[in-house]
Amino acid sequence: MFTWGNIISQCFNGLVLGALLALISSGLTIIYGTLGVLNLAHGAMFMLGGYAGWVAYTYTGSFIVAIVAGALFVMLVGIVSEQLIIRHFYSRPAEDQLLVTFGLGIVFVEVVRYFFGSLSKTVPPPAALTGITPLGFMVYPTYRLALLGIVTVALLVLYFILYRTRIGMIVRAGIEDAVMVDSLGINIQKVFMLVFGIGAMAAGFAGIVNAPVVAVAPDVGDAILVQTFVVVVIGGVGSFPGAVLGGLIAGEIISLTSIVDPAYSYVMLFVAMTLVLVLRPYGLLGTAGRE
Amino acid sequence: MPTRQRAYIVEILTLLALIAAPFVLPHLGFTPTTINRILIWGLVGIGFDLLFGFTGLLSFGQAAFFGTGGMFAAYLLTQTSFTNTVGATLIGTVVAGIAGYLIGLLALRRTGIYFAMITVAIAEVFFFLEFNPLSAYTGGENGLPGVPPPNLDLGFWSMTFESNFEMYAFFAFWYFVGLVIALRIVRSPVGLLLRAIRDNPLRAQALGHNIHGYKLAVFVVAAMYAGFAGSLLGMLQGFMPPDAFMFHTSGEIVMQTAIGGAGWLFGPLLGATVWLFLADFFQTTLNLGATWKLVLGIVFVLLVVFLRKGLVGAIVDLWHLVFPKKSAAAPSAGAAAAPRAATAVGESHHKATKSTSGAILQVTGLTKRYGGLLANSDIDFSVDHGEIRGIIGPNGAGKSTFFKMLTCEVKPTSGKIIFDGRDITGMDVSDACQLGLTKSYQINQLFDRLTVRQNLAIAALGELRGKFKLDMLKSLPKVRGLDAQVEHTAALVHLVERLDTPVAELAYGEKRRLEIGLALATSPSLLLLDEPLAGMSPQERVETVALLKSIAAGRTMIVIDHDMDALFELVGKVTVLQEGRLLVEGTPDQIRNNAQVQEAYLGGMDDEVGVA
Repeated sequence: MFTWGNIISQCFNGLVLGALLALISSGLTIIYGTLGVLNLAHGAMFMLGGYAGWVAYTYTGSFIVAIVAGALFVMLVGIVSEQLIIRHFYSRPAEDQLLVTFGLGIVFVEVVRYFFGSLSKTVPPPAALTGITPLGFMVYPTYRLALLGIVTVALLVLYFILYRTRIGMIVRAGIEDAVMVDSLGINIQKVFMLVFGIGAMAAGFAGIVNAPVVAVAPDVGDAILVQTFVVVVIGGVGSFPGAVLGGLIAGEIISLTSIVDPAYSYVMLFVAMTLVLVLRPYGLLGTAGRE
Repeated sequence: MPTRQRAYIVEILTLLALIAAPFVLPHLGFTPTTINRILIWGLVGIGFDLLFGFTGLLSFGQAAFFGTGGMFAAYLLTQTSFTNTVGATLIGTVVAGIAGYLIGLLALRRTGIYFAMITVAIAEVFFFLEFNPLSAYTGGENGLPGVPPPNLDLGFWSMTFESNFEMYAFFAFWYFVGLVIALRIVRSPVGLLLRAIRDNPLRAQALGHNIHGYKLAVFVVAAMYAGFAGSLLGMLQGFMPPDAFMFHTSGEIVMQTAIGGAGWLFGPLLGATVWLFLADFFQTTLNLGATWKLVLGIVFVLLVVFLRKGLVGAIVDLWHLVFPKKSAAAPSAGAAAAPRAATAVGESHHKATKSTSGAILQVTGLTKRYGGLLANSDIDFSVDHGEIRGIIGPNGAGKSTFFKMLTCEVKPTSGKIIFDGRDITGMDVSDACQLGLTKSYQINQLFDRLTVRQNLAIAALGELRGKFKLDMLKSLPKVRGLDAQVEHTAALVHLVERLDTPVAELAYGEKRRLEIGLALATSPSLLLLDEPLAGMSPQERVETVALLKSIAAGRTMIVIDHDMDALFELVGKVTVLQEGRLLVEGTPDQIRNNAQVQEAYLGGMDDEVGVA
């Protein structure tokens, strides 16, 4: 059990899971940071990405098409939800926002269950990425390695959008002070819509690229939502770097605990969250006043 | 809130409804099991409503306590020789309460969405603990079968509640007990403070209440209701299911409460009735199979969008529409505006201080730094008993920061504050208020959803009950001296006719007076007033100055304002702040003619004339 090979491969698993959690959590955190809405349907968005990708894959047989379809479909779902429902809740109390996004999450899950049933669906990895790759010191499943690369690229793209583009600057300014941004003559409504779309897309993208590793089922998003919350609490709400750091920490905790007993991985995650809450109540990279 | 003369009508109506339900509901298509389940969900919901509807804390983790209580009771009844179901239920309740206390300590460190996220995460941990590490005790994914039906053993007489109807009697009895207790909590001083926390937690704290303690208390109470109901669930089903711990159980509690309407105690019961009825109806009558959850999900979203107050709220609104409230004869504008300085009622009442002469407040070297910004720098300041001091200074002079440090809302970077011979530097704002130092705010900080009477009572309770007291079962009107203090304060600020008006319906000037009234009702020995004249018309200013004069007798006050004519008329001595420093002190005449002060207002960095 405690062989070096096992520990190293679990560290790698933690890195992959951590990167994935980082991506999903960044989506949640930029939506919260900009719009002030905690999206309880975020787990369902992750699940929708997996299903949209699976449908695309079933019709085309192409994994690339599946990824694009998964990401774009969930972005569309995000934008439509924002336009139809969420935007009417910006001025309502936080509890109402929680209730309505929670309800939306249930509707998404049950719609999928209605059309595709409760049994899980698998999307195989592309042929070139199947099998295992020797890394010198160990062998590792090729697709997981690729997954680490794909998610890292996605995080970099998100970083680029947030820190190197005009829209990203507006989003970051909006996180600091949405009223001020609005009064500078920037159409904050449009920015909000876009941010919700991008945040949802991050979850949807993660949902489809993870599908070859964990089969998609209607309630696959529940666990993800909980883990995302822990990540955000550890990293600090509204902070992109915090989401990345929190994601990696959570991923490693889950994987390394699994060496001993997978049943305790949640408990350890909870212990880490507790420590952060006691020692740094606003999260490792968070700042006061963002709640 | 029910008034005193019809205090027990809610209890009596509930009792009648509970007696009628098993005879009426089956005709509407409810199965006996469904009716019993409604009571169990209604019970969890009572606790959840105290937490969410009354205190404003939205927890998505109630399943943790529902499951914990239920599992503990089921374990006692199936795996040990324990056979007393009522005893097992009570033990399950206490265990859930202990779990609630421990979790509450952690989750209540934060509010709002953080609180919601932490409760979700913690509940998930409970689920995993039940499922794996503790499966030897909980049966893991199988749960605990063989839970006996409820029984009652009084030694000389015992009975087992086996048929559906007998079980109903047992559950209905406990629902009724649970409801009566919750109604008492709602009508107690604690109940009022919970609503104060929901509406404006910071002001509740500034009025001398330990809000963290009250939040923790209601969190534990909600956990106990959940644990109690969970224990009953095992007895109803003859089996304690592991999915009691699951996230969707917490979600159902939240949704049923939102559907029924939060803040009425009955919402969850009504919500559960609708929920379980529709679930049955969609599944068995319409043969929708698993789709029922989709339909209910859509119904729920629509309800949150369009019917925020839930079904009970809608019924109440409809009632008011059909039978319009006799609006409490609003005093005509003229009557309200008449200056009544001369009619100040009685002696002003305030806390006894240790000393009665000399300095009541002594500040040395007070400094506040925000990053690179020096808001207050090395201020030495002292106020004597019975003095009325004015503080002026151009915008940005650091007046409000200075006040916030005095009331302990903000910790100073360095320096010392001695109030009534005691070092209060770094104390909690609620402690400062308890000692007799409080403030009325520049921007109204009221409890908007409550009446004027309730607002003043919240303030008065801080003095009458202390910082923290768990008199949850005591009736609010029975608090000694509360009525007298509320009415006395209302008379001081001329709001006697408006006592039963909700704050949201008050005019601006009235709200401004209530703001001062809240500070007065704590019976402060030192009262700070941050721009009491802000936003008032010239006429209102005259009245308010008269009001301030009338409450000044025998009291020490420090007043910040930009209206110098009004301020100089009121105070004996003026302190001028500029750019975070104490510029000069003196009588109004000295200040009026002081070259430095004129320079501060007219020249230098600030080119703004400080009169609004």
